[in-house]
Amino acid sequence: MSRVGVFVCHCGENIGSTVDCPEVAERCKQMPGVVHAEDYKYLCSNPGQNKIKQAIKDHQLEGVVVAACSPRMHEPTFRRAVTDAGMNAYLCEVANLREHCSWVHEEADSTTEKAVDLVRLQLEKVKRNKPLQPIEVPITKTALVIGGGVAGIQAALDIADSGHKVILVERSPALGGHMAQLSETFPTLDCSQCILTPRMVDVSRHPNITLMTYSEVEHLDGFIGNFKATIRKRARKIDEELCTGCGECLQKCPSKDISDGFNEGLTTRRAIYVPFTQAVPNIPVIDVENCRHYQKKKCDRCVKACPTKAISFNQQDELIHVDVGAIVVATGYKVMSTEKFPEYGYGTYPDVITGLQFERYASASGPTQGVIKRPSDGKEPETVVFIACSGSRDAAKGVKYCSKICCMYTAKHAMLLKHKNHNSKAYVFYMDIRAAGKNYDEFVRRAIEEDGVKYIRGRVSRVYEEDGKLVVKGADTLLGGRPVEIKADLVVLATASLPNDGQSELARKLHVGCDEYGFLAEAHPKLKPVETNTAGIYLAGACQSPRDIPETVAQASAAAAKVAALLSRSHLTREPIVAEVNRRPAPLHSDCTGCFLCESACPYRAIGQEEILDRDGIVIKTIAKINPGLCQGCGTCVATCRTKAIDLHGFSNEQIFAEIMSL
Amino acid sequence: MRIGYYPGCSLKSSAREYEESVRALCAALDLELVEIPDWNCCGASSAHVMSADLALGLRTRNLAQAEAAGLDEVLTPCAACFSHLAEARMELADNPNKRQEVADFIGLPYSGRVRVLNVLAVLDRYRDRIAAKVKNPFRYKVACYYGCLLVRPPEVVQFDRPENPQSMDRLLEAVGAKPIPWACKTECCGASFSVTRTDVVANLSGRIVADAVKRNAAAIVVACPMCQSNLDLRRPEINQQLEQEHGIPVLYITQALGLALGIDPQQLGLQRHLVPVELPEPEPEVVTADDDDDDD
Repeated sequence: MSRVGVFVCHCGENIGSTVDCPEVAERCKQMPGVVHAEDYKYLCSNPGQNKIKQAIKDHQLEGVVVAACSPRMHEPTFRRAVTDAGMNAYLCEVANLREHCSWVHEEADSTTEKAVDLVRLQLEKVKRNKPLQPIEVPITKTALVIGGGVAGIQAALDIADSGHKVILVERSPALGGHMAQLSETFPTLDCSQCILTPRMVDVSRHPNITLMTYSEVEHLDGFIGNFKATIRKRARKIDEELCTGCGECLQKCPSKDISDGFNEGLTTRRAIYVPFTQAVPNIPVIDVENCRHYQKKKCDRCVKACPTKAISFNQQDELIHVDVGAIVVATGYKVMSTEKFPEYGYGTYPDVITGLQFERYASASGPTQGVIKRPSDGKEPETVVFIACSGSRDAAKGVKYCSKICCMYTAKHAMLLKHKNHNSKAYVFYMDIRAAGKNYDEFVRRAIEEDGVKYIRGRVSRVYEEDGKLVVKGADTLLGGRPVEIKADLVVLATASLPNDGQSELARKLHVGCDEYGFLAEAHPKLKPVETNTAGIYLAGACQSPRDIPETVAQASAAAAKVAALLSRSHLTREPIVAEVNRRPAPLHSDCTGCFLCESACPYRAIGQEEILDRDGIVIKTIAKINPGLCQGCGTCVATCRTKAIDLHGFSNEQIFAEIMSL
Repeated sequence: MRIGYYPGCSLKSSAREYEESVRALCAALDLELVEIPDWNCCGASSAHVMSADLALGLRTRNLAQAEAAGLDEVLTPCAACFSHLAEARMELADNPNKRQEVADFIGLPYSGRVRVLNVLAVLDRYRDRIAAKVKNPFRYKVACYYGCLLVRPPEVVQFDRPENPQSMDRLLEAVGAKPIPWACKTECCGASFSVTRTDVVANLSGRIVADAVKRNAAAIVVACPMCQSNLDLRRPEINQQLEQEHGIPVLYITQALGLALGIDPQQLGLQRHLVPVELPEPEPEVVTADDDDDDD
């Protein structure tokens, strides 16, 4: 191929002021293979693009080099232009004269010389370009939502409402997540369960949603539009079809003293249990580790109690394979264990609790029906100290980041205490009050000004017990660091929010990245906040970083919109810049020797194995095979291949070497 | 086992019983102490306020002498000496220029090889051996008092938890004692104000004594000559401040462990205390019964 046109752009003065653009065009005309060269002030403009189109027709061009700005910006523009003129888009290349030359050098002959070199590189490449066609990929029109907290519920409902099928997988026996544990929510003080439980029911009734509780994603293969997920449906030991949720079995179970996770360990539950009264689905589960039937092989009281014979001790875990086109990860968070803070007495003093435990006391569905009490003796505390930033913003003992929700929920806790017990005293030790959000600062001011919560700016060095009280020792840094001691009945630590248990394992299974703390990483913090670096997998809620309910719901809807847009298309098109393993005539078949170093090197798991069979179906050779749907064109396999059997379309070894040799 | 030993001035004078008990206990544990040849004062509470170079020189000279003697680790029982030496070591660790400057100043080569250890860090390594050698279980409620310098600042001492240290608690538990949870584990005793502002010391140390007594500790256990001196020597002023007569003894950790191992009290220097060491009857041994709940 040797009919190339070169178009040199001045980019206003951006290139023209330091590079002699007419001179570059003139020099290009001398280069072998160039049949046309010209310069123009703004090639990206409409007249500029028309010049390119016209030249393609006039000179029967077979390739185009546009010497202009970064291809990140305008490569699509120029590729569209050449396509309009009937040329394959991948026969157009951009030489970056702006960022790589004019912006970083003074006006000089050598600057123009470098610009000529940059054009020559692309010229040598474009001569060897081959027409490429975009890859079309079909789409499975079902979404998988992982996590059944408020994020997963919102995402599932939004996707289902847009007409697509959703499989919602929740690890625990019931929907709801942390939001189901909360009492009232800031800044409106509306009851958390009252706004959440109808949404839980919506999920269970929605014709487009398949709800799988007590289940976990075991394995994931495939790529955007074509994922294959394996879900482990753990054995509840209850036949879900037969169970009516009457609850007879719950009363008869003799294994009683098991810490109740839903109540954050403040109460106990039995070995057969429903996490909470409003649970969806309202089907119990048998905790095998604590059940006497399994541990001592001699109890069947629940079987005798069940009127529908739904107890099924022999039920086994099931592995269910599903095809899905998109995935929303909404696996939530956990709070830091306060065992990290012996100086705050946790473990020794039962009346030092976490914010989540306080939520359970304050909740109408909690162990005290919403009366705030303390664990040690069940009395109502008069003086309560709240310690914000317990572990957050503390690189020495906890995590570096701000857990974001604590300032607001601590203000809410203090307010709820004052509302429920008018004679109580609430103190909050804080570093800063971070109340950015709609009606948030007003809420904190209300706690301070209307409800009389005492805010003390300073850290707490120690909590110790004396005469039945917890003495909280801290400093008031607004009073010049004066030491403060408060004798409290209850101390509430706003402990840091952390990535949920098992989140890094899940990230590995899904092949999505984590940040330095273990939260799942978004593709771009500003412009792709709900996408991951793996196409087709999206994020919602606190699995990405600590966030409150309004933000979580907004993000879940955003992720759902992305999924709905994806699933509404008939197929996907992808850039054809993908790698391919070469094929040769028999008996070689391919330069690939089947070492599969490329398979382990590929960061996108796009490389598998292919057997070459003879006519009788007998394997002659096993070679690497690259899945063009998964390949991102990074070229790692090309560099890894010892026999040079792999080439990247559009960036072949031949093209790259030709570029280098032209210098 | 051999280990370098830097007694510092206190252990040769006002805290002789600390040195006596350290030596007696280490002998019982087959740990040979190699005193740093020609050691000098660490600068104590005055050098660093007079001249930073002088303070660093005094501290580093001891470490350089230890290096010259072929030692890798130095046991420094005095908490203040420990803090000073560890600080010098850290200050010079990442600063070769300063290291050379100080080496020239003291006229000795210094590489920074020697690690500085306090008494708790060393004994913690021998906890199993100590537990195995117990003759008279130390079955008392004890108030483990760490003071300021053993565990702070954390980047200098690189030891235990700064807010709620556990090493002394663990050691005493190993010999049968029951460390109490209390408020003053790492509070300040008043330190060198002992001489210039005795009233401040009486106030600060008074809180420590009062809290330990209130929680029924039989003894306060320390690992610092300054703390011991303030709680013991200044007891008359403390009692006057508290308007109560408190006779709770203040033992060094090495003395408490030594008693448990059956070492002669005279050898441990107990007779040198100003508040007489009179321990009550040991608490009865608690036998925990295994209860298997099988009420099915």
